[in-house]
Amino acid sequence: MTRYLFYPGCSMEASALEYKASMTAVFRALGAEILEIEDWTCCGASVAPVMSDLLGLALPARNLAIAEKMSNGRTMVVGCSACFTSFARTNAAVADPTALARVNQALEVENLSYGGTIVVRHVLDVLANDFGPAAIAERVVRPLSGLKVAPYYGCQTVRPYASYDDGQQPWTMVPLLEALGATVYHHLQEATCCGTALLTTKPEVGLRIAGSILDAAQPADCITVVCPMCHMNLDSYQDKVSRVLGKMIKIPVVFLPQLIGLALGLSEKDLLFKRHVVPVEPVLTKVPA
Amino acid sequence: MATPEVIVLTDIKRDPAFGDRLTPAGQQLRTCIQCGTCTASCPSASAMDITPRKMWRMVQLGMVDEVLRSKTMWLCSICYQCQVRCPRGIPLTETIAKLKQLAIQQQIKQWRESTHFYLAFSDVMRRYGRMRETEFMARYFMSTNPFEALNYATMGLTLLRRGKLKPELPMLRGEGKLARLFDRVAELEGRK
Ligand code: SF4
Ligand code: SF4
Repeated sequence: MTRYLFYPGCSMEASALEYKASMTAVFRALGAEILEIEDWTCCGASVAPVMSDLLGLALPARNLAIAEKMSNGRTMVVGCSACFTSFARTNAAVADPTALARVNQALEVENLSYGGTIVVRHVLDVLANDFGPAAIAERVVRPLSGLKVAPYYGCQTVRPYASYDDGQQPWTMVPLLEALGATVYHHLQEATCCGTALLTTKPEVGLRIAGSILDAAQPADCITVVCPMCHMNLDSYQDKVSRVLGKMIKIPVVFLPQLIGLALGLSEKDLLFKRHVVPVEPVLTKVPA
Repeated sequence: MATPEVIVLTDIKRDPAFGDRLTPAGQQLRTCIQCGTCTASCPSASAMDITPRKMWRMVQLGMVDEVLRSKTMWLCSICYQCQVRCPRGIPLTETIAKLKQLAIQQQIKQWRESTHFYLAFSDVMRRYGRMRETEFMARYFMSTNPFEALNYATMGLTLLRRGKLKPELPMLRGEGKLARLFDRVAELEGRK
């Protein structure tokens, strides 16, 4: 049985618990096990590098060092695209031995040391390239036939550190969605940023950015995402977005592992569809169990 | 702050080495050819007082005050579109993080709603080791505009009902989970 180290990160543990639950269930159904990083802490997201250069490396490195100690294989899977970027950026930086030594000087107070050996991969990459569409298609018992799904990658899922896809015209979700029997609804905002923190700090700008994505994807039955931030911004602000755009926006936003889980016949309850702000029922009724 | 169309360079205080200190490899910003790809790629450009292309030129010219006081960096959503498209391969998104760092260090008063977002986030990380979304939002809105919180209250209630926000009590006593690491980093960087 394949085993992966797994770093959930703050959002997957709270607002995006349905992402963690569905991902865990899907990995298990596909014959892989995940081992959560012990005593993990926040990766620092895009905030730590703004507070200080070294903090921006030390916070992710603390978790990488623990992963290395657990040393169960050398691959750590991450579901949040901001965490993915933090870890990939840190790994790139500590390839320079001077930077690595400095990071380890900081980690001394935590009795930790990082050797730079952990390979960090996004959940999307693992689903598409380790399991793969063929193996997933074989296990589909509830095909998503007739369901029009708009893929949405956002920004940091595919750039600048993703070697598994194109940062401008990503494609990784297409074969996966087709393997589930779904129809892919392509739109022009698949790799546009969701607006991240701007929805909080500069709502007048952020809501328009999120709105342009929702508006482009609206003809589909649902949008699928692979990042907790993208999910929060696209799912919870649709009322506000409708007001700003002056038109009704209502479209369910689901995590890709939730869709895969559905097609694999996992229970709807375990996939936590009830947690979404925009009800997912229309999607569920469209695919007969 | 709007910038005049014609800038008389002799009239302003400038630090010509400004740009060289911002990028990891130094001097990279000198290679900017003002092609405007960054501005054309930026989802927030239309709301910025200075567009990215113009800002990078002002950085080249060493216009520290004008750049650090502009709204531009705070409208960056860190989407990396300009960075991956810049024909000169300048790490633009990461350089914007550096600009934010300077603005926060110099306690620039403009755009508190943005600087406080970073400060509140950082406080919660230091104390709990993990993000606590409820407490973070509370701290953030209290430090900027408590009235704005009302705007978010309805959404907050929906999120609580769906179990998306955890109502956790603040834990204000005791050493923060990451306090030692934060302090060590400050010490190594000579800030302590
Ligand atoms: S894309 Fe690069 S070279 Fe072109 S204007 Fe922007 S910073 Fe300069
Ligand atoms: S990284 Fe920032 S400045 Fe660059 S395109 Fe994205 S939002 Fe604009």
